[in-house]
Amino acid sequence: MIRFLLALLLLAQTANAAERVVADMSQSLVSITANFDGTAILIFGAVKRNSPAPKGQLEVIIAVTGPSSPVIVRKKSRILGIWVNREAVKIDFAPSFYAVASTNPLPEVLSQVEDFQRRVSIERMIRSAESAKDTKKIEKFAQAIVRIRDANGLYTETGGKVKLTEGTLFKTEIALPSNLVEGDYLTRIFLTRDKKVVDEYQTTIAVRKVGLERWIYNLAHERPLVYGILSLVIAIFAGWLASAIFRVLRLN
Amino acid sequence: MQSYLPIAEVSVSVFLLLGLGTTVGILSGIFGVGGGFILTPLLFMIGIPPAVAVGTQGTLIVASSFSGMLAHLRRKSVDYRMGSVLLAGGLVGSAIGVQIFKVLERIGQVDLLVKLSYVLLLGVVGGLMLIEALAAFRRRNQAHHRRAARKHHSWVHGWPLKVKFRTSKLYISAIPPFGIGIMVGVLSAIMGVGGGFLMLPAMIYILGMPTKVVVGTSLFQITFMLSFTTVLHAVENQTVDIVLGFILLVGGVIGAQIGTRIGVKLKADTLRILLALLVLSISIKLAFDLVLTPSELFSLAN
Repeated sequence: MIRFLLALLLLAQTANAAERVVADMSQSLVSITANFDGTAILIFGAVKRNSPAPKGQLEVIIAVTGPSSPVIVRKKSRILGIWVNREAVKIDFAPSFYAVASTNPLPEVLSQVEDFQRRVSIERMIRSAESAKDTKKIEKFAQAIVRIRDANGLYTETGGKVKLTEGTLFKTEIALPSNLVEGDYLTRIFLTRDKKVVDEYQTTIAVRKVGLERWIYNLAHERPLVYGILSLVIAIFAGWLASAIFRVLRLN
Repeated sequence: MQSYLPIAEVSVSVFLLLGLGTTVGILSGIFGVGGGFILTPLLFMIGIPPAVAVGTQGTLIVASSFSGMLAHLRRKSVDYRMGSVLLAGGLVGSAIGVQIFKVLERIGQVDLLVKLSYVLLLGVVGGLMLIEALAAFRRRNQAHHRRAARKHHSWVHGWPLKVKFRTSKLYISAIPPFGIGIMVGVLSAIMGVGGGFLMLPAMIYILGMPTKVVVGTSLFQITFMLSFTTVLHAVENQTVDIVLGFILLVGGVIGAQIGTRIGVKLKADTLRILLALLVLSISIKLAFDLVLTPSELFSLAN
């Protein structure tokens, strides 16, 4: 009986693996330099098959997730005529960046159950441990994160941006804005048929400050006293230089 | 040309920052103020996080007041003793201010406090300046030209701990200048300003210092106090962005020299009325921001 079940499981797995994603991207390391102004990453790949393609529309979803950190969302309310931060909710898990692109709008290519399990849509990416207490309120605050980060170009959900050629080759371009946070950006590629995921592929894009940016950031956090004094020395030197230069100019 | 600011973690146009620095420099050159009270709100507006704006712009004030102080040192118009008492108070106040800032940032009220202090202080100072300047203007036009008696002794002068301030030709208690120093220090740390616009009237009207040493002495105090505040912000909050500071500096020092030249050509009364109007308009703009319903009620913090 157990053997029979195992065999069945194996069979199911090979059936699942009948279509596999092979993918790569134009760059797996994004360097934040002093004149970094955002960049775009081309993600492309193909669907590998051992047998003819099964029935049902093949769809591709590509999601890039930036590093997550807890976010405190505050809501202003009016007190004595002025707007003051009153209510605050801590959302434990919200990615600093999230872009999801797909061959067609997300609800058309992914079932709610799959979305719930694999956390693909933006709404599913934002989670809070407090949610048991007051779901309605948490939801409103979570929506605020989506709205604000959407306006800043940090969250995007685009159906139809992944181009699929002959049911085999796919590609898309993910724009990374200039206000990017450092860290590892998880990149997930899903193949779906009939709104069900048939294969998933994962890789990461490393976003790093480099050169001067790296040096300054490290100095400011690891040796803040030295950094503070350095900032001062630069300021005082500039002040002295300006006064010296203009004194010379005035004398002439 | 964009530049990614390593501490603020935003990318901003270099030319925009240079322009901002120059504008503030020109204004500070014309009016002889640090310009922090104009720069900080402008930095908020272009999307620099408030904490970084407040922490960083101290570097610009240090540069411009150091440069100004050098000129006054050559003219021997700095009262070191008075400056040191003001500075001692300033350091205490600044340490208190940075702590207040830290607590408020945690509970999410920094924005409110900074804006409220701006509205109240700029409103009061601007209003007083305007009344005073208009009165002076009217007096001038009526050709009465009566000099106000300066050396009256006000009640604060009789306090204990009397000290001789030779350069200022004063023999008064050290407590009032120390207290003024504390007040300016707290405000400087919270609002990210040098506090010149507050200290100058206090020195003239409360301490009764002669006008010719007031500017040099306040620049002396501001240079050292803001140096201390900047290092403190760097150590306690890691909110000093050296790249942002540097770009602003370059614009600021050039602007200050242009401004000084414009300032020489304007009449003193006109100058004071213009400064009062500038201060008042910033106060009114910020007051509107607090009262009008914002387009987004929610805000994010880490």
